[in-house]
Amino acid sequence: MPKIVAVTGNEAVAEALRQVNPDVCAAYPITPQTDIMQRFSSFAANGKVKTEMILVESEHSAMSACVGASAAGGRVITATSSQGLALMWEILWIASGDRLPIVMPLVNRALSAPINIHGDHSDGMGARDCGWIQLWSENAQEAYDNTIQAFRIAEHLDIRLPAMVCMDGFIISHSITRMEYLEDEKVKSFVGEFKTLNPLLDIEKPVSYGPLILTDYYMEYRKAHEHVMSKVPGVVKQVADEFEKMTGRKYGLFETYRLDDAEVGIVVLNSAAGTTKDVIDEYRAKGIKAGLLKPRLFRPFPYAEVGDALKHLKAVCVLDRADAFGGSFGPLFMDIASSLYIQDKKPLMFNRIYGLGGRDYMPDQAEHVLNELVETAKTGKVQSVKEYIGVRE
Amino acid sequence: MKQKGWKELTPGAVVTEPGSSKQFKTGSWRAFKPRWIEENCIHCLFCWVYCPDMAITVKDGKRGEFNFDYCKGCGICALECPGKKGNKAIVMEEEGN
Amino acid sequence: MATPLSLKELSKKEDRLTSGHRMCSGCGAPTVVKMVMLATDYPVIASNATGCLEVSTCIQQFTSWNIPWIHNAFENAAATLSGVETMYRSLKKQGKIDQEIKFIAFGGDGGTYDIGLQSLSGAMERGHDMIYVCYDNGAYMNTGIQRSSATPLGADTTTCPVGSANPGKVQERKDLTRIMAAHGIPYVAQASPSNWADLMKKVRKAHEIKGPKFLNIIAPCNRGWRSKTDDAITLSRIAVDTCYWPLFEIENGVTKITYKPKEKKPLVDFLKPQGRFKHLFAPENEWLLQKAQEVVDRNWDRLLREEEFTAPKSE
Repeated sequence: MPKIVAVTGNEAVAEALRQVNPDVCAAYPITPQTDIMQRFSSFAANGKVKTEMILVESEHSAMSACVGASAAGGRVITATSSQGLALMWEILWIASGDRLPIVMPLVNRALSAPINIHGDHSDGMGARDCGWIQLWSENAQEAYDNTIQAFRIAEHLDIRLPAMVCMDGFIISHSITRMEYLEDEKVKSFVGEFKTLNPLLDIEKPVSYGPLILTDYYMEYRKAHEHVMSKVPGVVKQVADEFEKMTGRKYGLFETYRLDDAEVGIVVLNSAAGTTKDVIDEYRAKGIKAGLLKPRLFRPFPYAEVGDALKHLKAVCVLDRADAFGGSFGPLFMDIASSLYIQDKKPLMFNRIYGLGGRDYMPDQAEHVLNELVETAKTGKVQSVKEYIGVRE
Repeated sequence: MKQKGWKELTPGAVVTEPGSSKQFKTGSWRAFKPRWIEENCIHCLFCWVYCPDMAITVKDGKRGEFNFDYCKGCGICALECPGKKGNKAIVMEEEGN
Repeated sequence: MATPLSLKELSKKEDRLTSGHRMCSGCGAPTVVKMVMLATDYPVIASNATGCLEVSTCIQQFTSWNIPWIHNAFENAAATLSGVETMYRSLKKQGKIDQEIKFIAFGGDGGTYDIGLQSLSGAMERGHDMIYVCYDNGAYMNTGIQRSSATPLGADTTTCPVGSANPGKVQERKDLTRIMAAHGIPYVAQASPSNWADLMKKVRKAHEIKGPKFLNIIAPCNRGWRSKTDDAITLSRIAVDTCYWPLFEIENGVTKITYKPKEKKPLVDFLKPQGRFKHLFAPENEWLLQKAQEVVDRNWDRLLREEEFTAPKSE
């Protein structure tokens, strides 16, 4: 029987990692992730996992050690946030370029400067193009479920790519919520035994990792990487189907909420989706046909499917919890705009930046956006394509 | 050699054939070429241990010929060669002479 | 039984670093790696910092390595290998591996003294069972001879070029070997390819000691040193004989000088054959030449006293 618990997001992810029981974990503290690695270290210290810990001196070394350990041939984890991910950035590309299935929870936090420890998405967005898989999670249950599924997706022999599992710092990582834990045995059999591919530790078959590739082959390797990325959505769906059979919890490439017959819609990632759904219910009760789309697989982004799901709307607002300075729009907006551009019929669109540095996203902000959507749908005019909401003038 | 297309590559650019650089001959880099004078050789194997290109063959502890596929002609072997009674067992000569 | 340290016996072994690599003609680094590899019969897995050695020994499908090898980035050869070594311990503990495998990281002075110092320090402090080998050629040679913290006093490099307002590098070298010794790790040593038997003995000893070990090995670079292609071994020998590059080891806190030149040669013997020091022989730079000798004398003298001071007390 699954166990009903009241835990924080960090606790839930640490529990998933314990149940997966990886071979090696590189750990380094950073708020708000610290708690995950701290709990995991305690599992290791008490013999609850077989994992060997590497207590590194920086996130750069955490990811470097993960690359070495994964290439050696085994299941490898670490976790990070914000500046930690930024420091890893160089090695993120090497982990994916080397096709190493490292799994890393990312507890989303704002980037400095100014220094801020609270939740926003600027860290994850800064790593969106580095060739990793990114799964985003609304709450502790999703973070737990996504963590377990991430191993299956990353380690799939057709894929072999590293994966990040994102959840909102503090809002989810530190809030206690009701959720379900699976039995250890079920998780163990779901993720299965790690399958090696060209392990360094096979001294009978020496391999070289990390060759110099110049103008004559670099582009072919990039094309191969792009091709592998294109296979990820299929595997994500397949793994989600199996997961649903085991748990009854349904996952896809993204979640839609009251979207099918909607006229206006909001696209939003992670925890803000919960608040938004509540407000959508209120508007539905008033007879306004509002709906929501929440991406789950953010990288690779399922452009065609997302475009298909949104094309029938009259107006769409994309809520971004990060800005892309100089790119004019928030990063999620740009992806949604790309998804819709390839559709013949497309809704009017605007972009609202909210919740930066952990600023609360309150129901009145969702109401404000929904009112604007209704107005836009009615007039056929977008008042302003991009604005910050919840900010003092 | 026909260049491979993107579908034919090893995941992660991992090189699965150890020592495959032997297919890459560096002998053409030489401007000077070492010549081994067997009668002056005391088989001390200093040339072998100091050679940066693993281009000196040794069989059963006895020095053999240079492997000119890889010798870059640096001349370390000639400089370090103690020779016999003051006569070097390796001398450097201009390539092509 | 391990292969005896005689060239005759060692020459029967397979090359772990093979021909066809693209290091410059006469480079000291491949000889250093070859000697390090020859010294042991254990299976070895290596990591390699970005640099000349890395970039020249694994290009596309051409690898010169006959052992498992990984290049990750410039500053993380130690952290990367610490990951490999930890996976080895994990799988061994789980009974999935039973072989005895040794681990060696290679980095140049840029990747070790400078950008990789944190990663190295961390790996050594954590106690991974591995040897870190720095092949020290005294500058960023791979990118075109830029100054590093290992560049000797007075040297002309492309980022501290000799000019009307600058006499070359005005700072002394960072004493990395001593910094590593200060980590309290069980074994630290300096070696030179000119003294191949001393070098191999140190490697062999390091492999038999459990925990982190650090070897600093001089590796002449004829491009950066502006010397001849044939003098890598000769110059490294003069470096030892002038006490510019003393051969010593620090084993569990006990310092032992493994080779004391019968006659300590003047530093100019080392400097003169190298174009990077040519300007030091101009009259206006005499002070710098003098200072360079003083630095060598001071360090050698301290090493002699340290050997005396740390020697185990006789009963």
